[in-house]
Amino acid sequence: MAILLTKDTTFIVQGITGREAVNLTRECLDYGSRVVGGVTPGRKGRDVHGVPVFDTVGQAVEHHGAPVDGSVVTVPPAFTKDAVLEAIENGVNLIVVVTERIPRRDVAEMVELASIRGARIIGPNCLGLIVPEVCKMGGIGGPAKDAAKAYAPGPVGVMSRSGGMTTEISSSLTQAGLGVSTAISIGGDAIIGSTYAELMPHFEADEQTRAIVIYTEPGGRMEAQLSEWVAENDSRLPIIAFMAGKFMDDAEMQGMSFGHAGTIVEGKEDTAAEKIARLEAAGIRVVERIDEIPGAVKERLEAG
Amino acid sequence: MRFFEYESRRIVELAGIPVTRYGFCRSAEEARAAAEEIGGPVVIKSQVLSGGRMKAGGVKFADSPGEAEAHAAEILELEIGGQMPRGVLVDPKAEIKQEYYAGVVWDGTRKQPLMLFSDMGGIDIEEVADQHPEHVGRGHLSNLLPISDFEAKQVIAATGVSGSQLNRATPVLARLARLFRERDMTLAEINPLAELTDGSFVALDAHMEMENEAKPRQKGLLEGELEIAPDETREPYEPSEFERHVSAIDAADHRGVIQGKDHGFEGNLGLVIGAGGGSLTLTDAVRSQGGRPANYSEIGGNPSVAKSCGLAKEVLQKDGVSKIAVMMSIVSNTRVDIVARGVIKACLELGRDPGETIAIFRIPGAWEEEGFKILERYGVEYCDRSVSMWEAAGRAVAKIQGEGVASQ
Repeated sequence: MAILLTKDTTFIVQGITGREAVNLTRECLDYGSRVVGGVTPGRKGRDVHGVPVFDTVGQAVEHHGAPVDGSVVTVPPAFTKDAVLEAIENGVNLIVVVTERIPRRDVAEMVELASIRGARIIGPNCLGLIVPEVCKMGGIGGPAKDAAKAYAPGPVGVMSRSGGMTTEISSSLTQAGLGVSTAISIGGDAIIGSTYAELMPHFEADEQTRAIVIYTEPGGRMEAQLSEWVAENDSRLPIIAFMAGKFMDDAEMQGMSFGHAGTIVEGKEDTAAEKIARLEAAGIRVVERIDEIPGAVKERLEAG
Repeated sequence: MRFFEYESRRIVELAGIPVTRYGFCRSAEEARAAAEEIGGPVVIKSQVLSGGRMKAGGVKFADSPGEAEAHAAEILELEIGGQMPRGVLVDPKAEIKQEYYAGVVWDGTRKQPLMLFSDMGGIDIEEVADQHPEHVGRGHLSNLLPISDFEAKQVIAATGVSGSQLNRATPVLARLARLFRERDMTLAEINPLAELTDGSFVALDAHMEMENEAKPRQKGLLEGELEIAPDETREPYEPSEFERHVSAIDAADHRGVIQGKDHGFEGNLGLVIGAGGGSLTLTDAVRSQGGRPANYSEIGGNPSVAKSCGLAKEVLQKDGVSKIAVMMSIVSNTRVDIVARGVIKACLELGRDPGETIAIFRIPGAWEEEGFKILERYGVEYCDRSVSMWEAAGRAVAKIQGEGVASQ
């Protein structure tokens, strides 16, 4: 079954006439996703790979003639908040925010409105999500043929703070003959729409998913939140974690940010060592090497 | 982005929070003049971005303008946390009745700002929260609703503060919360917030940090009010020559993004790696297998040949770098062949043999067949996704350690 997306999921692309959005639209269409419209203010009447372009989300929904399930937002940082609010207020329930470098206040505002309206935001600063052979929403995995190579259907749910590592890890699971139920690039910023712990109940309820792999980094409390969730909920899903950026624990790296805006060690709880200890205390297996992931998943699946 | 204390005080003042009449001085003579103007005992405080000023001797009290001048001269020469002060702050020595703490930070789990208040100010708030939790009031703020005074009042009242103190402190915390939101701060602290003997409340020290992403829309405050030059980076350390060169190469071409850092790295293996998460993973993989990275880098988006070439050249020209490892996680929008061309060009332009210089090339993904063909022509060892990032890093380490190619 997978989570969040089905073969019937419809979505629009906001900022569809931008260079990256044009590529992303092509990739999603090739993969079989139902892209039903695009929005770029002032460009109504054009089309992008056959997808009609509108000035407003409302027009795109009206043209579709039924509620639209999702939106991929890829507009410049200064306009992203407005675009996301527009999607939410037009009944869109799943919003993938690709844009990076959005001020945190804007992210917090859109996430709070989404929570009031019952919508879900993935990202910002992410590549979206994919259900292998069913639907790809965002640039995740790249062109359809590349995505097909890296993502085969299977029992593992993948959540990653890095877009590129979502595909790297999924590809290793595919090569090992395991495959992926749903892979989600959750975003690399300090505040994101959906954290590991917030997505866990969906995976928990999904019959296809039998194990979870997470890619994590120093900075923030997201791993602590997951550890707490695992401790409080009697989850059936084994979780395998990989922590990158252990070198950031060195004294001379304190206060520096590497990779993503969210990776900055500011307090004791932020360090890789502290996070690994917390995850392990919650029964989550933390592998040392990236190539140990498929083996660790197989081990847990066979044990369970 | 971090602010000096004199700037933080100005930000607080602009938000309508009372401060003492302070003077920012760049020389000992100016400090003397400021002390004369204030009259009476003063405090001289070093203006550095690092903490621990008090311990380092960067804060001194003076009873006369002459003493203020002497202290200022000393402090201006005193390096704190590897930084020379930008100047000193001359502040009247306040008649303090009690010290409080007021702060606003982000709570990443709740995704809302969190107001903090304590009647035990002047010391580290984490220490107070740890040892006297009943003396710390907390309250989350909605991101959508206007910030009301009662929200601040509730937080302060939770610490047991009442009477005129409650009524005087409430607008201070509420204004601090509004400035946190309006100025895109990630941290806004007044510590100590002092109640003076006359009953008034003033901010005696303030600490502000603004989110880098918000700098463009806060230009009015930064460049207008605070006169901060647009190119001031405010990194915790001075950028190195390597870091400056890489940013210049990045800025010269809009295609793709490259970043390079070498602060804290002193090894012999140059890393031309990407992207965000891939670079973190690969740097760890090199170190865990006994390798010594000479730098950290990130390739993202789809950089031009010139950009990849520029990054590789800068890495190769670092002292003690004999080989580079070119590695990324599976890429979808970065073209493998373009990066391959770039790094080979860098070797050739520096008169080095690409086959010898590039320890390993591991970038699987878009246009990989074309890329691998080019690498083959120059005798560069490459691998696809069937070789893990860990294994590729291991091969590079083995090569630079002169142990030949690691066994499969």
